[in-house]
Amino acid sequence: MEKRATFSSTTIGLLFVAPMLLLIFVFFYWPSGQALYWAFTLEQPWGGGNQWVGFQNFQQLLADPVYWNSVVRSLVFALASTVIAMGLALVLALFTDRELRFHRAYRSVLVWPYAIAAPALGLAFRFILAPEAGLLSVINHLSPGLWNPALDGTDAMIAIVIAFSWKYIGYNFIFFLSALASIPRSLTEAAAMDGAGPARRILDIQLPLLTPTLFFLLVINITESFQDSFGIVDIMTQGGPARATELMVYKIYFDGFKGLDYSGAAAQSIILMLLVILLTVVQFRFIERRVHYK
Amino acid sequence: MVERTPVFDAICQAILFLGLLIALVPFAIVIIAATHDIRTVNTVPMPLVPGRDLFANLAEAWQRADLGVKLFNSVLFATAVACGKVILSAMAAFSIVYFRFPGRSALFWAIFVTLMLPLEVRIVPTYAVAANALAPFQAILDTTGITWLVQRVSGIEVKLEWGLLNSYPGLILPLVATATGTFLYRQFYLTIPDELAEAAKMDGSGPVRFFVDMLLPLSRPNMIALFTIMFVWSWNQYLWPLLVTTDPKFGIAVTELRALIPSEFGLPDWNVAMAGTLIIMLPPLIVVILMQRWFVRGLISTEK
Repeated sequence: MEKRATFSSTTIGLLFVAPMLLLIFVFFYWPSGQALYWAFTLEQPWGGGNQWVGFQNFQQLLADPVYWNSVVRSLVFALASTVIAMGLALVLALFTDRELRFHRAYRSVLVWPYAIAAPALGLAFRFILAPEAGLLSVINHLSPGLWNPALDGTDAMIAIVIAFSWKYIGYNFIFFLSALASIPRSLTEAAAMDGAGPARRILDIQLPLLTPTLFFLLVINITESFQDSFGIVDIMTQGGPARATELMVYKIYFDGFKGLDYSGAAAQSIILMLLVILLTVVQFRFIERRVHYK
Repeated sequence: MVERTPVFDAICQAILFLGLLIALVPFAIVIIAATHDIRTVNTVPMPLVPGRDLFANLAEAWQRADLGVKLFNSVLFATAVACGKVILSAMAAFSIVYFRFPGRSALFWAIFVTLMLPLEVRIVPTYAVAANALAPFQAILDTTGITWLVQRVSGIEVKLEWGLLNSYPGLILPLVATATGTFLYRQFYLTIPDELAEAAKMDGSGPVRFFVDMLLPLSRPNMIALFTIMFVWSWNQYLWPLLVTTDPKFGIAVTELRALIPSEFGLPDWNVAMAGTLIIMLPPLIVVILMQRWFVRGLISTEK
């Protein structure tokens, strides 16, 4: 879509976009380029020269089972939390849209989780899911040792997935709700007159018309699960126990700032960047074809 | 809907109620835990009626996490990021939509790409830039030979330096540098009829006048929405503030949650931890609840 009426002064136009461009150059393009450069060099921490090493940093990473562990964990985390957060949000939004009794109250409250900072809900869930206090302590009272995220890797993973999904239910819910609101009422009413029950209308009208939103949220949820998870992991598990919850972004932070391995962290950043871009592109190319746009 | 489907409605209500519980139970637990003393909070199962120690716990958490300073910094930081985004995005989108200059679509894509790579994935080099925000310009001067030329001619060595670690600009600027808001504004500007700009031009008003007097007032709902989203988003930032502010004077509230985690071998004082969590999670929640009216209105006013 293009505007017919435009202003001709190039100088003023550029002046308007200049502040944003300057910030993006300094804090986006420059660091991204720097990461690319560092990934191919061996950088001494805190200055002290560097040396071109080609793909050595990447070879080292790809041969390292610890790194592969973090990749696999991140993918499992992304998949599990996206399915839970989107599935629950979709069901809740579809039912709220039916304007049953209290739907306004549901509408308001279900959005709240998104307002909570990842670390704050990390701390809240750390307590809620703590084996010796909190909600799940009851389980351990019935059968000691059944639930212990501090010692059991699978339990720890489940804990961070629960915390992360809980937050994104609220986020996805807002988008599903506004997408549902934009579906013309006449469409569902016509279907109802033709004898289609509520379940049929959801399956045959609302869901197909929601596919652009589903697609958009899929991209957002997966991307966010790669980065917004940092606060939750840092507060709840610090990547443990035994690296069971060391997601990619946490490992970058740990290697770069705790281990002062700039080159290794830069190479990991590049792989994570490529992964995020790849996911976005794949989703665009393969999923968009099945999407119904109005 | 006019039909009657009592069974289906009952199932919906049950599931919605379950969803409501899922959303509310964590809030309830944080609040209840924050009202008990340390012994009660650790009993199994935790009592579900509030205790009497809320204010003692709040005071303890406030003091332990130094929340007076930290909350002030958080408010300043979140407000500045949100304002920066709202203003700079509006300007950038105006330029992209309303001007025709060479390289405009390249510019559009240059800004769009920033959506794909969040700060977290390029955290290490961004930190290096924050240590000296003028490093990129120094490097340009170095590689183009200007540094050398200046030194040859005047004997002065060009050394640009502006450290942003432990400063408010260091906290704020890198978070403003993304395109989220620019796209929201772009979509909105595209829906504004062409006649408006034509009329403005006919009346002899230039682009600046048109922007300030017509576009900005028209985009007030977008501004409020963007401000809310960005305020909540920046309040909840964690990794960047954690790295860039090592001086407690500039620390923000969310990173201070670390100080409240009960240590493994210390007292399990979850009551204080939850009191602190409560204080820190409240401001963005209040903003969302206050602004929800706008969002919900936006949702309902869309044509049904």
